[in-house]
Amino acid sequence: MKNKLQQMTVPLYAVLTGLILGAIIMLISGYNPLSAYGSLVVGAFGSASAIGNTLTSAVPLILVGLGIAVAFRAGLFNIGAEGQYWMGAIVAVWIGYHFPTLTPILHITLALLGAMLAGALWGGVIPGLTKSLVGAHEVITTMMLSYIAIFFVHYLLEQGPMMAPGFVPQSRPIAATAALPNLFPATGIFSNATLSSGFLIALAAAAVTHIVLFRTTFGYRLRTVGHNPAAAKYAGMSVTRFTILSLGLSGLLAGLAGGVQMLGVDQQLNDSVSSGFGYTGIVVSLLARNNPYAVILAGIFFAALSVGSQTMQINSGVSANMTDVITGIIVFFVAADRLYQYGFSRIRSRVRAKSLERTEQG
Amino acid sequence: MSAIAQIFTNPELYAATISMATPLALPAIGGTFSERTGVVNIAMEGNMLIGAFFAVMVAAATQQAWLGLLAGMLAGGILSLGLAFTAIRLQSDQVIVGMALNLFASGLTAFLLNTVYGYNGTPTNTPFLPSITIPFVSSIPFIGPIIGHHDVVVYLMLLIVAGSQYVLFHTKLGLRMRAVGENPEAADTVGIHVARMRYLGVFIGGMLSGLGGVYLSIGLLNAFDVNMTNGRGYIALAAMIFGKWTPLGSFGAALLFGFATALSIALQNVGISANLVSMLPYALTIIALTGLVGRSRAPAADGIPYAPSK
Repeated sequence: MKNKLQQMTVPLYAVLTGLILGAIIMLISGYNPLSAYGSLVVGAFGSASAIGNTLTSAVPLILVGLGIAVAFRAGLFNIGAEGQYWMGAIVAVWIGYHFPTLTPILHITLALLGAMLAGALWGGVIPGLTKSLVGAHEVITTMMLSYIAIFFVHYLLEQGPMMAPGFVPQSRPIAATAALPNLFPATGIFSNATLSSGFLIALAAAAVTHIVLFRTTFGYRLRTVGHNPAAAKYAGMSVTRFTILSLGLSGLLAGLAGGVQMLGVDQQLNDSVSSGFGYTGIVVSLLARNNPYAVILAGIFFAALSVGSQTMQINSGVSANMTDVITGIIVFFVAADRLYQYGFSRIRSRVRAKSLERTEQG
Repeated sequence: MSAIAQIFTNPELYAATISMATPLALPAIGGTFSERTGVVNIAMEGNMLIGAFFAVMVAAATQQAWLGLLAGMLAGGILSLGLAFTAIRLQSDQVIVGMALNLFASGLTAFLLNTVYGYNGTPTNTPFLPSITIPFVSSIPFIGPIIGHHDVVVYLMLLIVAGSQYVLFHTKLGLRMRAVGENPEAADTVGIHVARMRYLGVFIGGMLSGLGGVYLSIGLLNAFDVNMTNGRGYIALAAMIFGKWTPLGSFGAALLFGFATALSIALQNVGISANLVSMLPYALTIIALTGLVGRSRAPAADGIPYAPSK
């Protein structure tokens, strides 16, 4: 019980530390941190369209975050989700602009299944095999494959097979049958607001991930392999198979993120291939302590930082990059969780020393 | 066909290779120092960015490029102390802290660029580091145009390659640093201060990565731009692994990767996709890890915090 409480308090401390240090940096630079944070909150949640934007932006973060959480649970660090995201995006867009005669449900399902498969193969096969056969660290292999995927997108779009007719390096847009619908009604306060139905997919993915991890034998084994590979091996589990499967499952979710983002928001591949979701997704799962439901909250939090930062820059003049600084600080303090114990124990021992002194003097 | 042959016989391709290898070799050697003492370092990108920014800031303020160089190296070193402290004292996950520092550095430098200099960017009168022409060498045909004339940081880098290889593998200090990265318990038993060696390794790593950033901002240019390192810190990570965690190997890998970059630019003119050539360094790194071209193995205690049992 105490452990569970600690799991929640460290991320909260870290967020608080990030916001306070961010405020100090703003003060030093001559800005008013309260009005900056105020406009950030308004920008993220102040209207129906702001809320729609924030939740829509949270979708890829939640999906990638779930993928990374699965890998972490299996004791693996998938740092290359960015590449798996793009492989998913490529396949989703390709299916999206072919087959315009399919019914929407079939077309969307096919495109998303393709995206998941692409992400799973890109994340699972090479990193999984090299990790379990020769011990190549998955941090390096997934990172390298991520760069290869990004160059692959550039290749496809710059005079490559997926370049749309014309001179702009972009793909053809997906067919209307492949586009994910808007969840908000087009009336009243929602008339200018959009919420991608990808948000429902993200919520469903979190629930499914939670069930798989905590309610199935597969999930139990996956966590056992992550927690204690030697014991898992001794119990007769194939660590090789679980390494490949968990990295594949992780890539599947990242690929799904790419697919959902393409069908719901971008609707085509652009040459500005740098989503950053692969990295922010790591931050999301870290802050959520790899808990699928907490990933939803963490995803919305970082989406709000990013969406609100634009309003913050316009209204209070603080550069939108400030939120990256805050994100960095938060991750640092989540990783340095012992700092709080260390700090508190020092304060405690100092207090104890003082009171000892007093009793000795008294 | 002759167009391609012309590319390969042009000394400019090889001069560009050396120039492009410099901001890879420096952080790769920096990472080598850190990981040889047992601290996994993926923060080279952040150290480079911080180094690049503060080099421009100090150079512009003092109108002294050399002070800019020192400031950039020191800034990289100071940022890396964040990694050192959390890795050594708090036994944090080193990959995650490295990632945090990269995010922090990328955000902070972009924020400072906007806040300090506004939309016009860094001052146009920022001094840059001088280029050097080596007498005699520069007049040798073919070789001269390749190595005879470069920015001073390129020659500094060559000295650092040789010096680092010597220090790590032929001095008592280097032996101690490596011992701490291979078997900290044993090193501790014979009286080597494990934490001190690790702080030193990470700090040297940060300074060398910072110097890589300095080369980009006041060596090649005299300006800082948002995320101007453009992932070089991560390629340097690949170079370090491909170079089997040695300075000389890192340099060789940096040359290979630099060549791939220079080649991809040159080949663009004859219609071969630069994007496909650019994948090479990353693919080679995976192959190197699988052992097809000689297995690349990390120091045994790399990434494992040392908690002495008293």
